[in-house]
Amino acid sequence: MSYVAIADQHAHMHDPQTFLTRYVWSQDHKVIAIQYMVTAMAIGLVAIGLSMMMRLQLGFPDTFHFINPANYHQFVTMHGMIMVVYLLTALFLGGFGNYLIPLMCGARDMVFPYLNMVSYWVYLLAVLVLVASFFVPGGSTGAGWTLYPPQAILTGTPGAGWGIILMLVSLAFFIVGFTMGGLNYVVTVLQARTRGMTLMRMPLSVWGIFMATILALLAFPALLVSAIMMALDNQLGTSFFMPAIMSLGEQTGHKGGSPLLFQHLFWFFGHPEVYIVALPAFGIVSDLISVHARRHIFGYRMMVWAIVAIGVLSFVVWAHHMYVSGMNPYFGFFFATTTLIIAIPTALKVYNWVLTLWRGDVHLTVPMLFAIGFVFTFINGGLTGLFLGNVTVDVPLSDTYFVIAHFHMVMGVSPVLVVCGAIYHWYPKMTGRMTSEVLGKLHFWLTFVGTYAIFLPMHYLGILGLPRRYYEMGDTYFLPDSVQSMNAAISVAALFVAASQLIFLFNLAWSLKHGKPADGNPWRATTLEWQTPETPPRHGNWGPELPVVYRWAYEFGAPGHKEDFVPQNEAPDGRVPATHGQASHG
Amino acid sequence: MNITVAAVALVAGIYVWWLAVRRLTTKPWEAQGTYDGRDTAQMAGPAAARIGLWVFLAVATSFFALFITAYLMRMNPEAVKGVDLRDWRPVADPAILWVTTALLVAGSCGMQLASWALRRGDFQRARAGMLAGGLFAIAFLAGQWLAWRQLQAAGYYAAGNPANAFFYVLTGLHGLHLLGGLFVWGRAASRMYQGSTAGDSTRLSVELCTVYWHYLLLVWLVLFGLLLIT
Amino acid sequence: MQPEYKKLEWWLIGLTTVGVAAMLAPGLVVWAKFVTVPDDAAVVEAVGQQWSWSFRLPGEDGVLGAIDATLIGADNPFGMDANDPRGQDDVLVFGPELHLPLDKPVKVLLRSKDVLHNFTVPQFRVKMDTVPGMVTFMWLTPTRTGEFEILCEELCGMGHFAMRSRVVVDDADTYQAWLANQRTYAQLTARPAADLVAGATAYSVCSACHGINAEGNQALNAPKLAGLPKWYLTRQVHNFQDGMRGGAPGNDIAIQMSAIVEPLDETTIDNVVAYIATLPDKAAHSTIRGDAAAGASSYITCAYCHGAAGQGSWSTNAPPLAGMSDWYLARQLQQFREGHRGRHPQDLHGAQMARLSRVVPEGKQTDDLLAYINTLR
Repeated sequence: MSYVAIADQHAHMHDPQTFLTRYVWSQDHKVIAIQYMVTAMAIGLVAIGLSMMMRLQLGFPDTFHFINPANYHQFVTMHGMIMVVYLLTALFLGGFGNYLIPLMCGARDMVFPYLNMVSYWVYLLAVLVLVASFFVPGGSTGAGWTLYPPQAILTGTPGAGWGIILMLVSLAFFIVGFTMGGLNYVVTVLQARTRGMTLMRMPLSVWGIFMATILALLAFPALLVSAIMMALDNQLGTSFFMPAIMSLGEQTGHKGGSPLLFQHLFWFFGHPEVYIVALPAFGIVSDLISVHARRHIFGYRMMVWAIVAIGVLSFVVWAHHMYVSGMNPYFGFFFATTTLIIAIPTALKVYNWVLTLWRGDVHLTVPMLFAIGFVFTFINGGLTGLFLGNVTVDVPLSDTYFVIAHFHMVMGVSPVLVVCGAIYHWYPKMTGRMTSEVLGKLHFWLTFVGTYAIFLPMHYLGILGLPRRYYEMGDTYFLPDSVQSMNAAISVAALFVAASQLIFLFNLAWSLKHGKPADGNPWRATTLEWQTPETPPRHGNWGPELPVVYRWAYEFGAPGHKEDFVPQNEAPDGRVPATHGQASHG
Repeated sequence: MNITVAAVALVAGIYVWWLAVRRLTTKPWEAQGTYDGRDTAQMAGPAAARIGLWVFLAVATSFFALFITAYLMRMNPEAVKGVDLRDWRPVADPAILWVTTALLVAGSCGMQLASWALRRGDFQRARAGMLAGGLFAIAFLAGQWLAWRQLQAAGYYAAGNPANAFFYVLTGLHGLHLLGGLFVWGRAASRMYQGSTAGDSTRLSVELCTVYWHYLLLVWLVLFGLLLIT
Repeated sequence: MQPEYKKLEWWLIGLTTVGVAAMLAPGLVVWAKFVTVPDDAAVVEAVGQQWSWSFRLPGEDGVLGAIDATLIGADNPFGMDANDPRGQDDVLVFGPELHLPLDKPVKVLLRSKDVLHNFTVPQFRVKMDTVPGMVTFMWLTPTRTGEFEILCEELCGMGHFAMRSRVVVDDADTYQAWLANQRTYAQLTARPAADLVAGATAYSVCSACHGINAEGNQALNAPKLAGLPKWYLTRQVHNFQDGMRGGAPGNDIAIQMSAIVEPLDETTIDNVVAYIATLPDKAAHSTIRGDAAAGASSYITCAYCHGAAGQGSWSTNAPPLAGMSDWYLARQLQQFREGHRGRHPQDLHGAQMARLSRVVPEGKQTDDLLAYINTLR
């Protein structure tokens, strides 16, 4: 069987000519990546807006009368769902996965470019259906992002008619779109690496995204399965999840279904989802720290093994979200143990980041600030995770602000810090221009300090027992009055943090035209994406010849070299085949 | 969830084993400057499509395994303590399912014959096998549709009983997967009937369709067995 | 500049493992206690529904009677199986409080009539979801007396935040006194049928203000009663008698009403309420003008309990609003907002409405809302 490796079919991959084929119906992974990023950030802005609504209500109850309890639950639900699925998953895998995998592996594109393009358009459709659910009668669903039945499809919950159906349809589209993209990411990593790019020479970013994609491919079907069954319960009156119950005084006619079955399925998706977001963040932050500390990542092999171990373990911890769900309480022993075991490889990663910084030549660039901010925040979120994973400690804390504080630290703020750092880091490659460092630092400090002002007090509120998902606490026996003052302060901090994201957006937009021109490798990094012949890389990435990799991705400060770093594609005799370092601005 | 965990563990196990084979223990910093020819893929094209299909089958396996887990958890009173499960009334599986199973087996055989024939270079026979594989699959779907009609006529409505609902859902989703396969099959078959030799992409399509047909046969046998014994 | 330092990394892994194990082990030991209910634990059942709690005690035989979720209805809110002899002596507590004896371990069985809820008393440090279709449990030993708030901690729909109730931990004597005041299932079902003739006679007192057909009279501050369900009227009469309404200064009209209903006994209340149910339900005149279209969006919140058509619902303890005296609704909203109604510690349903009354501000928005309710008749 004779064939030409697609990675070398440069002649067949003519640059698309028209604006439409170049930027809209593009099959170029870099364009698709940016499409994903822009869409995800746009819908993410909606989610930030929703969180501001929530904070207005919580900080100043009885003040904003356009927020009623039903709206409030809709804001909570859509904020959570958008942030977890439509922003973070799409941004890390669809955005950074698309951009970095081919460039870092030395491929010309994804192996199935057409599928890749369809993947984005299906994702966009999912986002549009999601947005449409705000405008249907009854509004979007207010069942919480976990969409637990029976309430999700009963009239006591906002959006129980159109809202929940559109939510499920949107999720189904998302999963289908993601599966198309995910096949690409996995097969590209497996099949399209350039010569010399062994698995153990891959940058950790690729490792994190690769493992996260595998998790997502295996976990998202659980969400699809539960969405299908819930839609049938709603539309056909089946009883998969619906037991014999009444809804506001009337019998529903359902019989025998198991609400816990849904929860098992949901969290079988939901827990790996945490790592679907976290693993790419782990990988990217490893690379940021290494480059900006001018030092090899400490314990590369352990870092890879830890990613693999976390990925595998993440499938056997799901029921730690269900300690108080009414499932057989004996499950608690098993899941508490597995949950705390997963802390070990995770802790190892933290040690290795710190040990990389140790005696490194730390450059406090904007990406580095975000990376260090991530390590801080992740340690914080990880430690509270030990509280919540330990079943006995979890029981009083579950469903309180402590949980909110924990998961916002660990999978809200931490990944978002990485996203920001990564965008500042790769922006020069994507656009050929540097972002403004002053604005970047301002953005970092406001975000970092601001998020602590938001979420640190929430730990305390949770320990006091303030329940989550409450429209208002009102008068109560057991909470001091200062709780309300603290909530007001949190809301003010949240407004500041939200506003500081505008600085970020302004910086990105402004730098597009006015940023300092960047050369091909402004951070003097070793990985392949910085060694492209043009910046931004053209369609096909590499010019006539693919790069050949001779070394691992973390060769810093090696003796006998002119610079303090050695690109992966520099031959042992010092020859670099591709002419890197040229900038093309346009 | 045991079955799902087992399935995922299996996939994960294969994956980890494969990684281990790829010598995840090499120290990349020591291998500087050398070029390890064995571990470079450079094999996009057909190999990528093959691997892509296998990855997709892993996803589909996760999907069906989760459905089967849900089926067993919903049915089995031990799995969820305290739930009122007196409502499970098994479906009387229509006899026509045996016929459709035979049709699906025949479809798989047709595909396999087509693959073998192509490998031998016997284009005529490959065309015939391909046609048979697709037509049997279409007949299978028609048979499944008949089975649905029979169940409806016998009063087994989806809302009536979880066993009925699962029957429709499982057969329906399996059928949808087959429909997707038939789409690819249709494109490949029409190419084969337009030309007189098989190009690389046609060969690949036949090969991938064969794998997919076998996979869906396997899934159907598992589902059918599950429906029969419960 | 070693790329890795095996010894250090293994040490770190080892120490982390020890640390994690040291945290996990005590946790698991305590969890073993959590899952093992003491043999001498008394049994109490807490039943969640949108958006209130009710409770059931096993009575003298110490065993809870059988229930069936499909039997739940306005006449049988617990879904009791009437044929089960073990259920006859079950004590049914419709709220507002559950009492528990001090220092006695208690196993709380949890069930739900509709959706997932979570039975939480923050001070108990244990909580568990109530799951429809199954019975979950938790156990505890109250160690000090006092009143503790019950919260729902599983998002259960619009009224989630307002689903409050109370646990009172008593010393043994106080507990027995409370228990003696509660009714069993048998007692509740053995109430004699209402006597409409006696009810008509007794109603003559009421008719002076509320009108011959209970149509209400704004000049006398007497709202329309026809069309209100029996459970609502009965509860309000009791509220007036027990001082939950009209028991505190600030509302002269309510004080007046509580003085009038003071002497009524249970049988008379049953009879009067049954008689009022026979009166024709004619929609009251609208007296409030507003923009009904604008009020529709405010009514979204109300509809969750009072129904989309303002028809009311026994399960949410919400009276009908459609066709009732709008000026009275306006005044009650005012009373709720200002704390004259719904502040009494025993009036949990009132407290719920008081929380929700603040969702709609007074002034134009309330007028619009009432104008919208007037279109529902």
